[in-house]
Amino acid sequence: MNIVTQQSASGAEILLRALKEQGVEVIFGYPGGAVLPIYDALFQQNAIRHILVRHEQAAVHAAEGYARSTGKTGVVLVTSGPGATNAVTGLVDALMDSIPLVCLTGQVPTHLIGNDAFQEADTTGITRQATKHNYLVKRAEDLARVVHEAFHVAKTGRPGPVLVDLPKDILINPAPYTEAAKGPHRSYRPRIEPDATRIADAVALIKGARRPILYTGGGVINAGPEAAQLLTEFAGLVGAPVTSTLMGLGAFPAANPQFLGMLGMHGTYEANLAMHGCDVMLNLGARFDDRVTGRLNAFAPGSKKIHVDIDPSNINKNVIVDMPIVADARAALRALIDAWKSDPTRQDHAALAHWWQRIESWRRKDSLKYTQSVSPGAVIKPQHAIKRLWEMTRERDTFVTTEVGQHQMWAAQHYRFEKPNRWMTSGGLGTMGYGLPAAVGVQTAYPNALVIDIAGEASILMNIQELGTLAQYRLPVKIFILNNEYMGMVRQWQELLHGGRYSESYSAALPDFVKLAESFHAVGLRAKTIDDLDPVIAEMIATDRPVIADICVDPRENCFPMIPSGAAHNEMILGPEHEDEAAGITDEGLVLV
Amino acid sequence: MNATMQESLRAATISVLVENESGVLARVIGLFSGRGYNIDSLTVAPVDDDRRRSRITIVATGTEMVIEQIKAQLDRLVPVYRVADLSREGPHLARELALIKVVGAGEKRAEALRLADAFRARVIDATTESFVFELTGATDKLDAFLDLMRPLGLVEISRTGVAAIARGTRTI
Repeated sequence: MNIVTQQSASGAEILLRALKEQGVEVIFGYPGGAVLPIYDALFQQNAIRHILVRHEQAAVHAAEGYARSTGKTGVVLVTSGPGATNAVTGLVDALMDSIPLVCLTGQVPTHLIGNDAFQEADTTGITRQATKHNYLVKRAEDLARVVHEAFHVAKTGRPGPVLVDLPKDILINPAPYTEAAKGPHRSYRPRIEPDATRIADAVALIKGARRPILYTGGGVINAGPEAAQLLTEFAGLVGAPVTSTLMGLGAFPAANPQFLGMLGMHGTYEANLAMHGCDVMLNLGARFDDRVTGRLNAFAPGSKKIHVDIDPSNINKNVIVDMPIVADARAALRALIDAWKSDPTRQDHAALAHWWQRIESWRRKDSLKYTQSVSPGAVIKPQHAIKRLWEMTRERDTFVTTEVGQHQMWAAQHYRFEKPNRWMTSGGLGTMGYGLPAAVGVQTAYPNALVIDIAGEASILMNIQELGTLAQYRLPVKIFILNNEYMGMVRQWQELLHGGRYSESYSAALPDFVKLAESFHAVGLRAKTIDDLDPVIAEMIATDRPVIADICVDPRENCFPMIPSGAAHNEMILGPEHEDEAAGITDEGLVLV
Repeated sequence: MNATMQESLRAATISVLVENESGVLARVIGLFSGRGYNIDSLTVAPVDDDRRRSRITIVATGTEMVIEQIKAQLDRLVPVYRVADLSREGPHLARELALIKVVGAGEKRAEALRLADAFRARVIDATTESFVFELTGATDKLDAFLDLMRPLGLVEISRTGVAAIARGTRTI
């Protein structure tokens, strides 16, 4: 099965050969002493491209952006010690959001491990809980096998980051090459195909539903573009409303009338009330995150819940479900469609029509409503900036990354995604500084596409050094900063929950982002008022270079709707646009149950 | 979270067959500490001829939901071959071994020896002032013996933790 070829190649050369066999085209990395043999081997070949980032955390986020936009496994290469520890945030980010990565870290030579050598860190120890799995290669004969196995583990089952720690002597000394194993792994065998009986039972439950809903997550994106097509097909058959988590946006077309928008803490009124009032919920590839469920004992009360997840540990973790189905979302959707078509039971169309009437009444609330003054000199509302950005880029195949905070939620609410793999955001970990390096990864994969990092002025500073990477590789990423001079989400929570004591949330001493852009060989633009907004967006799109567009927005704007932590879906706070409507909190959802 | 499930705790005896690679025990233990599960006891040793596989026996207490989570979390570790909840998959045997040092003289010493005999504990070391008893059995038997030894000069205990196996022909 495994063919060992007799060749006296160095470990570094064997590593690159294994990467090539795995189809790796690009590595995001940063050199250092322990990985110099790999950089030397990279120098002597052309098959694999290396993108030099400016900080190891950014290498991991770039690989995440690459992985999420292409569906391939992202590859990271960093040195030992600080190189590895700097990568940890990115690894946890990828772990939380199920992004397939292989992170190669240098390590001090095997005979020095444990001696507190220069730039030594216990990388496998530190990253054990930060990765899906990790390896320390101690023997040359294990090197190629471990690299192949790392790719297999990263990509299959629930995807995630896998780290391979490579002592310097392993990289320098000769190593044998082993081809990737063809058979199943010894112990790791994730389940992909659903149980046919469960699928039939699920179809029966959904067909009998009076108020069904599809709640979809990042698992549908991870299952590939075909899964997204199957989702649209299945939703069409069922005729049920579809809502998506932050991670799942784009799997179902936003323009489809069955789409209710995002659910959860900053989800739409109609999505959250439909979740609260449904009688049968089909969760496809989402994990009942606390940002989605709100207060657990008030989550979708009285509903029957079907949960499709590739990771059995996600089932019954937060919410007890009635019908667990362990499977890949694509395989499950294919089986659901087949079972639906062969099941002769008819749906209760009258009940479904009534359900849609209720949903339309919630939709009419227009929970994302905001008022933008168009009089000259008017301050820009952040929601409007996103809406105009979407309207002015929707004809193109645009990729959007974000940082973390209010701008991220406004982007999720007001930028509308029609296709999967176009939306890259840090969901589970909520990592500020994710968006710019992620955009580096996306733009590397799609050099001619429009790639926009929707940012806040606080988050962008967390990995601002990546402007250097944009310049070096001529990556024409557009950084669209909603500049409200506050860590906006922190300020919002302080306003709503901490008596308006804005402790340390003001972004004092901000740089001049236009000059900052120029100093990094990028183009700086600024929109101060509503009059500037469209021209700045137009110029940004037309510029074939990296751009920072500094959009000065209303610093007092809050992100609504909002389900406060510990509240239920039907205890949503609507924004000031709805103040005349009894504070927005309603028991309408409860009435249904 | 279901309230009734929250209330009833149970001790589960979980057998885990793992690849005997470096770090595997740290992975299992890290999972328990990272997710806030309680381990009552944990034993591990290689169980095949070429020492490639080890068997870990974990006794953990939690609600049904937590026990289910523990099993699912263990099962998704890459070097794990099989996870079995012995306390749920039919009758099983659970034993542990204790080495118990009792120091004393006179009537207390004689009483310790009599009780050891009743419990079928073996004397594996003796001086004029001390015994080391070896006792094998279910956890509650060991607990009972230790309770009796406390007033009789018990000074030190070394316990292995539980090793467990299914009754009959079943294997994990």
